[in-house]
Amino acid sequence: MAIQILMPALSPTMTEGKLAKWVKDEGDAVESGDVIAEIETDKATMEFEAVDDGVLGKILVAEGTDGVAVNTPIAIVLEDGEDISAADSIAVAPGAEPAPETTPELTAKAAPVTQLSASNPDSPQPMEYKGATTALTIREALRDAMAEEMRRDETVFLMGEEVAEYQGAYKVSQGLLEEFGAERVIDTPITEHGFAGIGVGAAFGGLRPIVEFMTFNFAMQAIDHIINSAAKTLYMSGGQMGAPIVFRGTNGAASRVAAQHSQCYGAWYAQIPGLKVIAPWSGADAKGLLKAAIRDPNPVIFLENEILYGQSFDVPDDVDFVIPIGKARIERPGSDVTITAFSLMVGIALQAAEQLATEGINAEVINLRTLRPLDTGAIVDSVEKTNRIVTVEEGWPTCGIGAEIGAMLMAQAFDYLDAPVARVAGKDVPMPYAANLEALALPKAEDIVEAAKAVCYG
Amino acid sequence: MAKLSKSASKKAPKKKRSNKKKNNASPEELLHYYQQMLLIRRFEEKAGQLYGMGLIGGFCHLYIGQEAVVVGMQATAGENDSVITSYRCHAHMLACDMDPKGVMAELTGRQDGLSKGKGGSMHMFSLEKRFFGGHGIVGAQIPLGTGLAFANLYRKDGGLCHAYCGDGAINQGQIYEAFNMASLWKLPVIYVIENNKYGMGTSVERASAVTELYKRGDSFGIPGEQVDGMDVLAVKTAAEKAAAWCRTGKGPFILEMKTYRYRGHSMSDPAKYRDKEEVSKVRKESDPIDNLRDRILSTKVATEAQLKDTDKDLKMIVTAAAEFAQQSQEPDPAELYTDILLEA
Repeated sequence: MAIQILMPALSPTMTEGKLAKWVKDEGDAVESGDVIAEIETDKATMEFEAVDDGVLGKILVAEGTDGVAVNTPIAIVLEDGEDISAADSIAVAPGAEPAPETTPELTAKAAPVTQLSASNPDSPQPMEYKGATTALTIREALRDAMAEEMRRDETVFLMGEEVAEYQGAYKVSQGLLEEFGAERVIDTPITEHGFAGIGVGAAFGGLRPIVEFMTFNFAMQAIDHIINSAAKTLYMSGGQMGAPIVFRGTNGAASRVAAQHSQCYGAWYAQIPGLKVIAPWSGADAKGLLKAAIRDPNPVIFLENEILYGQSFDVPDDVDFVIPIGKARIERPGSDVTITAFSLMVGIALQAAEQLATEGINAEVINLRTLRPLDTGAIVDSVEKTNRIVTVEEGWPTCGIGAEIGAMLMAQAFDYLDAPVARVAGKDVPMPYAANLEALALPKAEDIVEAAKAVCYG
Repeated sequence: MAKLSKSASKKAPKKKRSNKKKNNASPEELLHYYQQMLLIRRFEEKAGQLYGMGLIGGFCHLYIGQEAVVVGMQATAGENDSVITSYRCHAHMLACDMDPKGVMAELTGRQDGLSKGKGGSMHMFSLEKRFFGGHGIVGAQIPLGTGLAFANLYRKDGGLCHAYCGDGAINQGQIYEAFNMASLWKLPVIYVIENNKYGMGTSVERASAVTELYKRGDSFGIPGEQVDGMDVLAVKTAAEKAAAWCRTGKGPFILEMKTYRYRGHSMSDPAKYRDKEEVSKVRKESDPIDNLRDRILSTKVATEAQLKDTDKDLKMIVTAAAEFAQQSQEPDPAELYTDILLEA
């Protein structure tokens, strides 16, 4: 019986990949364990091995094909004695369904994005960027931000696990070692506590480190240096010296990596005086805010999202494009209900807003962009217009960003609220592994739609 | 001096009591070290008094007994070198030439303190003097100091970092993470372990499976030496050797300073974990200031009367610092909200 070989999923968030190279040709014998092809994922080029013995009967996807969905049949292996007709029969049979999209479609169609650093810092919505843009993935936008700032300031350097020779565990630092050399793009051993401390010390010593955590889940080992050493020193020294440093890396749930790799730290760090906390969504956010973070003289937490890394947005080309920290952005203007979100959840909120529009509710979606300092003015202005609000976050509800926004609105917009503040958040449980349970634990567009309807109709 | 060498050789493991008796200091230098050590002692005695009067709050960790360590180390400091230490930091600041008035006013929590009264005894800094704290989290200063050395190497400015910790801190995991990277990247850092025999109330023997702390870099290829931390000249000699190692690109070096603190861990420590005879024996036999004094007198570098004048001068400096620290006002309430973030 001929066997179909399917496009493999080679990382938790991979939905498609490039068939980079066939190592075996049609007619070649293959044994279990033989490398038959090279597959390029969003993170790396991986060798793909046969698991069955036989003969490579037919190649279904040509070498060099891009965007091959996971689970697409790519070749047929014939068992001993079978001839090529067996391959033909199976090849015309309907192939396996491509993998279900684990990631909702989030490309930025909702808004013609991007802003320029406000010439007037007091203006509530900074001037929109009108210059040239290029479609880039988030990982490329982040890389470009670092590269541009490293060209601009030679005290800026990058350190972290696998950032140099491996080109980044998530390929975010691709090409940086080549351009800037091993003195400025530094692979660390797996010692988060230690290298976070070394980074802060280097910042004390006048450098501008970018410390990459493979994920912020691992930064819990380093949180003492982030808070006690980086965030508090300016105050403890009476303003004499602080730590200009960026801690960046993935935050929150990726896909099926379970409790210890799926936590959102937005609320944790947003509680700390002496830190700035950024959670970008779009490509413009990623580039403009990371550049702002690197230029900022304070310690900045920069929370990225693995699921967003592969998504494309129009990103400003201008090397002076910087987004001011502390300013939210209205991604979709609306009049009936305000929805606040950050990072990946902005896309989900925009989906919910589209759904609500079909039901006659015009939602305004605010991309918070910065969690500390929170742009309370933008939220209050919006609520004064809509009189209703749903806050969305992937992290836990207790003492979360939504709780903070709710309390802030009690103090600053109580008279404008026509309904209680509604919160949509991750469920109050450690992240489960099972696909169905994980989906239940994370906020979905339907949850936001339901909450919005509840505040609109009571 | 004879007294010290006797007690030192008795206690020392045969192997590596390095850099013993080479007199490597000029008469002026000897007087300078004497003056520095005595300043530290008089300052700390005064701080203890002010604490007793309720003028200093919180924790206050005195350095009395350990003066030779920081003074001997600083005797070798170069232009781009930096110092970072734990919360037992007053002496390091004085040895870095920071103003005793500013240090004392910080202890009393006043606006003229080095951190405007916002840091306190454990958290003071001076960019100008390249003193980077003053850190309250045990062991945290070691990765931080390693990062300062990273900056020295990155800039290729020839500087190095003196990163101090105690015998208690040396069991913190982050120290070994830092050792590994410092050795891997050949960072110019001297790790100074001030082994005063007790991490708060727990003796080295009760806390450390291997009590020869200078060997703690073995796994990382970092050389270490044990030094008589009660002898400022032995400290200086060891520091010179370690600095030469670091400055020639060979990476970090560990110096274990065998020393002793006469007072409790902090002002609120009754020190019941050791008997009074132990303390008085060290005071009598190994006091770093008395020993240097004996040497100065026996070699006729100065007369008894001259040293008395020095002591008088230092007392005046310390008294003036204490008065300044009491007269300075508490910080303006508006300071509560300053120095949290710098303007971008």
